[in-house]
Amino acid sequence: MSEIVLRDVSKIYDNGYHAIHNIDLEVKEGEFMVVVGPSGCGKSTLLRMVAGLETISDGEISIGGEVVNDLTPGERDLAMVFQNYALYPHMTVEKNIGYSLRLRKLPKEEIKRRVAEAAEILSLTEYLSQRPGRLSGGQRQRVAMGRAIVREPKAFLMDEPLSNLDAKLRVQMRSEILQIQRRVGVATLYVTHDQVEAMTMGDRVTVLRAGVLQQCDTAQALYDRPRNVFVASFVGSPSMNLLYAELGPDGTSLRVGSQNLEVPDTLFAQRPNLRAYLGRELVVGIRPEDLTMAGDGQTLVGRVGHIEALGSELIVHFGLDARNYVVEDKGGSAEEAEELLEETALTQHVRNVARVAPRSSVVTGDQVPFRVSMERAHFFDLASGNAIW
Amino acid sequence: MSTVSLPASSSAPRRRRRRRRHVPWGVYALLAIFSVLFLFPIYYLVVGSFETPADTLNGLRAAAPSHLTFANYHSLSQQFFSSTITGSLQGFYTVSTLVSLIVVVGGMIVNSLAGYALARMKFRGRKTLLLLIIVLVIIPFQAIAVPLYYMLSGLRNTVVVQALPFIGSAFSVYLFYTFFLNLPPQLEEAARIDGAGPWRTFLQIILPNAKPAFASVAILSFIQIWSSYLWPLMMTSQPNVYPLSIAIGNLLKQQSTPNYGEMFAFGVLLVVPMAAFFLVFQRWFIRSVASLAVKG
Repeated sequence: MSEIVLRDVSKIYDNGYHAIHNIDLEVKEGEFMVVVGPSGCGKSTLLRMVAGLETISDGEISIGGEVVNDLTPGERDLAMVFQNYALYPHMTVEKNIGYSLRLRKLPKEEIKRRVAEAAEILSLTEYLSQRPGRLSGGQRQRVAMGRAIVREPKAFLMDEPLSNLDAKLRVQMRSEILQIQRRVGVATLYVTHDQVEAMTMGDRVTVLRAGVLQQCDTAQALYDRPRNVFVASFVGSPSMNLLYAELGPDGTSLRVGSQNLEVPDTLFAQRPNLRAYLGRELVVGIRPEDLTMAGDGQTLVGRVGHIEALGSELIVHFGLDARNYVVEDKGGSAEEAEELLEETALTQHVRNVARVAPRSSVVTGDQVPFRVSMERAHFFDLASGNAIW
Repeated sequence: MSTVSLPASSSAPRRRRRRRRHVPWGVYALLAIFSVLFLFPIYYLVVGSFETPADTLNGLRAAAPSHLTFANYHSLSQQFFSSTITGSLQGFYTVSTLVSLIVVVGGMIVNSLAGYALARMKFRGRKTLLLLIIVLVIIPFQAIAVPLYYMLSGLRNTVVVQALPFIGSAFSVYLFYTFFLNLPPQLEEAARIDGAGPWRTFLQIILPNAKPAFASVAILSFIQIWSSYLWPLMMTSQPNVYPLSIAIGNLLKQQSTPNYGEMFAFGVLLVVPMAAFFLVFQRWFIRSVASLAVKG
């Protein structure tokens, strides 16, 4: 049994800042759990609390069935990979990997054997006698992984371990980390702000916002049935189009800006609670891939802003005469936020995105009808932001 | 920076060679002048110590002597050879070395621990303490010399008393503090997770990565204590506990007509250990903290 269980865990700093609010979370044995959220949402704090580097104000953390609230980090039998790897600069790769074993006073032969084994798995054998300063980013990352697996710990904790690598290496290391985790079969808590990383790596993904757990589920479930507007906008890239809309009093139409969309009956069968919103304003969410250019049916006409040709598809940015719903604190890295700001400033009302087939005949400035799959649209309560089902 | 215009056909390596040749001569000239200004007294001291007393003060000609002699060193060793009245050269060296050893080693232990605690541990009054230490840095020793004299007068004429006030140094604490502040805290966190306690973390992880700070503190405190004059002058009156700096002063007092050749020789004897100490530790002293970065 090596699962990680958090029960009603909170963190309030001395200055009164409430960083983590009553979080319940369970990472099953062998599971790869990713915690994702915007910068400052408390995800690293949560991880550090599990590691014992940060005290908890309330609640209970247990690892492998044992409550660890009062144990030191060393006693918790965890391995942690840091964002900057935190390799000991003065030790060789071999000593870095074997340090924890030396502290546990394991026989020298045993340490040598385990270090060699880890190095073999991570293709580090030829670098064992080198110091971290002479290694590349990817190699340092591997040493950090080696340091973690050599201990055969009860759980792995990883704090944005790929964010210091370039894009290509990041993709490669993603699969390497997953392979190693599968091989070792240890419960893993992985923190990242990159939702693509979260979606591709996690058996399950936990979305955190301002210290509050928003939703914890498989990546597909998060994508298909986001519990609230924050999760809906955070998960998926490009993110979901969110628009203010009004459901007609008879439930046959949805008014988006000046345009009307017909509402099929099946929608109310899928989402019985939607009936309570007849004649009321709500937020409608449409994924970019649910806006197509081919065929006929329900359409929203928009003016095309700019087009990103990705080869496999076109990302068409377009403006509507409807108001966009903006999720505060959507976050991402500072860089992303800046980019987003620049983008919105440049394009003004061009805030909607459609993902269309390549070689579609679409030109900037065109008025284009986008076909909407209403069955796949999402609806959210305006006040609470919760999904309507 | 000015660039050299080259014909378009010139190859890249050649361009690089040309550019490298374009050196800022003005800056070099200025640096050369300053180097001469700073180095000349040392050169004069060394050369003067090998000249006859008459030559030593022979103006600029003393700098380019025609005749060198060991006479000054010889007579110094004669004067200060195992004498209980005037003290011996070996004795002065022993005292100076002992005092410096206590200050340097004790200071590295005490001040590094204090700096580490201030940089890393959370405790009540930490900020006030830090402020107090910064204030202490600017208080000159002379200001507290008299109160210290009365506090420690019971220990007069001992080796320990010459070292005691200098072991704890606000400046060294502050130097260590700023160094530890810049060391990535993840190193210690990784060590904690690996199962190391605070002492082991300090000794096995922090200390080996703090060589530049330790070297800086060692050099600075050694230079300060090796050449300190006021405090040993106040606290010693017996030749057997005189450090070198006091002995050289006494030499001047003993001579009816000052023998500058001998004084130069004594000066060299005083400076050589300092230079040697610096040479041993300078590679860490100069090595920048940045080279320790663990980021990828």
